[in-house]
Amino acid sequence: MTHETETTDRDEGLLGPLNRRKAIGWLSAGLAALAATLVGVPVIGFLFAPLLEKSPEVWRAVGPVDGFKIGETTEVIFKDPSPLPWAGQVGKRGAWLRRQDREQFVAFSINCAHLGCPVRWMAEAKLFMCPCHGGVYYADGKVAAGPPPRGLARYDVRLRGGQVEIHTGPIPIT
Amino acid sequence: MKALETLGRWIEDRTGIWEALVRLARHPVPGKVGWSYVFGSATLTAFLLQVATGITLATVYTPSSGQAYESLQFITHKALLGNFLRGLHAFGASAMVVLIGIHMIRVFLHAAYKYPREVSWISGVLLLGLTLAMGFTGQLLRWDQNAVWSLVVAAEQAGRAPFIGKLLAHFLLAGEVVGGATLSRFFAFHVFFIPALIFALVGLHLFLVLRNGISEPPAEAGPVDPATYREQYQQRLDRDGKPFFPHAAWRDLVFGAAVILVVGVLAATVGPPPLGKPPDPTIVQADPRPDWYLLWYFAVLALLPHGTEKVLIVLLPAVAGLGLLLVPFLSNRGERRPSKRPWAVASVIAILTMVGSLTILGYQSPWSPDFDPPPLPDRVVGEVGAQAAHGAMLFHQRGCENCHRVGGFGGERGPELTRVADRLTRREMVLRILNGGHNMPAFASILDPDQVDALVAFLETRKAPGTEALPRTSGADPEPTTGSPTDPG
Repeated sequence: MTHETETTDRDEGLLGPLNRRKAIGWLSAGLAALAATLVGVPVIGFLFAPLLEKSPEVWRAVGPVDGFKIGETTEVIFKDPSPLPWAGQVGKRGAWLRRQDREQFVAFSINCAHLGCPVRWMAEAKLFMCPCHGGVYYADGKVAAGPPPRGLARYDVRLRGGQVEIHTGPIPIT
Repeated sequence: MKALETLGRWIEDRTGIWEALVRLARHPVPGKVGWSYVFGSATLTAFLLQVATGITLATVYTPSSGQAYESLQFITHKALLGNFLRGLHAFGASAMVVLIGIHMIRVFLHAAYKYPREVSWISGVLLLGLTLAMGFTGQLLRWDQNAVWSLVVAAEQAGRAPFIGKLLAHFLLAGEVVGGATLSRFFAFHVFFIPALIFALVGLHLFLVLRNGISEPPAEAGPVDPATYREQYQQRLDRDGKPFFPHAAWRDLVFGAAVILVVGVLAATVGPPPLGKPPDPTIVQADPRPDWYLLWYFAVLALLPHGTEKVLIVLLPAVAGLGLLLVPFLSNRGERRPSKRPWAVASVIAILTMVGSLTILGYQSPWSPDFDPPPLPDRVVGEVGAQAAHGAMLFHQRGCENCHRVGGFGGERGPELTRVADRLTRREMVLRILNGGHNMPAFASILDPDQVDALVAFLETRKAPGTEALPRTSGADPEPTTGSPTDPG
């Protein structure tokens, strides 16, 4: 007798209208889904946080204006806008700074526009050369040879209080 | 003794673990499996070696962008057996890559991926991808200069993915730049996330081995017909199957032990890959290269035809991966003997040749400039006039030698110029220097006319001994030259 009742009950649970058993089933599943969301949202949010946060862009002084000779390109080093306390030397940034005349400065990213390797300024040849896949750029950052699809990315530069300042930015993703 | 026996019997009674293990170990395998079947278990052995050495290294390694390099210096130079452990872990990684490759080739050549083992193949392809991902993330954990720049290259590649490229790149870097958050992210990938996936897939892979049985040598089985295969497999197994332990297991044991011994010897004699310069992103004197198993891909990135790379950089790996995954669906029945599957054999040879030659090219990387070539020595320049000698100096100073080779000195990016005067006239040389080429900068704005003259005067002396320079079509006479006395070519 008991056995028969159970069978009927189960059939209704699967196929019949909403009954107590089915409701409890949905409720349990909903509770589990809630628990999964409770864990999943922070986990995924935490992992993807870097995509949501934009790192601040600031002006960083890289040296006195008089320290740069007209017509020369030199590497300048500055601090990341907001380095994590444990970043250490990885919190440093580099750029190639070219003084064109008394007032005009241009700052190039050191990242090759091909795949991001650090380009080197060859002062005598007046070319930037990349060690990875053979990209070459002219002194003005335009592509001279090799695979780069575009010229070197630039940072904004301004002169303030006798200092050259660079507007920091992300690693340019081509 | 008696007490131990009682304890053992109690545990076995309550858990049945021993019985389950014995049943696993004695599961029947085809009678004639031989040495070609050891590579899968050897890959697993190498993986377990990685787990053991990796966990040990992780007890000291500090996954902090600012301190990882120092902690590795400590492990390498100060910690007891640290250098040896790093060597084991590094050569263990190489062993795992090599073995999974051989295993895959064996399975492919024997068509063991055919019915009913398609999912074994798919899980294997995923494991190959994860193994390479472990190799690459492991290289990044070395956190020297090479690691930082390899990571930037990886992020830039990810950045080429359509629509989500930039997001993907920033996800990998854990921000818009390489910084404090970057390394700990890759540490978590390398140590928790990817290994967890590997464990899960290895579990599936092994479960399928037990469920579907290992494939017999192709000659034993005949063509695969999904309608009858399982039945016939069972019949063959009943007829001449043997328990896995010890009939097949002893080979796995011997070969696995040999793998570990070889890795140990290499770790002790060759040692781990040396740490490069510190991970300071402002040191531009860098020469980023991936570890050997990805050098072929590094070469691909340099050699993609200009203009196609924006598409191919994402499409090539995607097509390669998808192609591998789809192998069992191209043909999951029929002939399994390699001798009857010439296209299979040919494609293995083609892929090995391609990857092999790209790897060699990756080592040589002729597309990279030689950044510090010595000035051309007198014995190469030879006895030339003052203008040509000045040209030889300019050749060194003005970047020509970074990309062009003369007499065994200089880069290999551009054509070798040891005998350039045999094939180019003076006029052609001037035009090339001033205007550049599709892979050469134009020097019109970099060199003044006197310098171009001097350079060309020098280049005109570069010819095979005893030959005349090509007739001049324009320009002033350079220094009179007779056959260049030295031309090692």
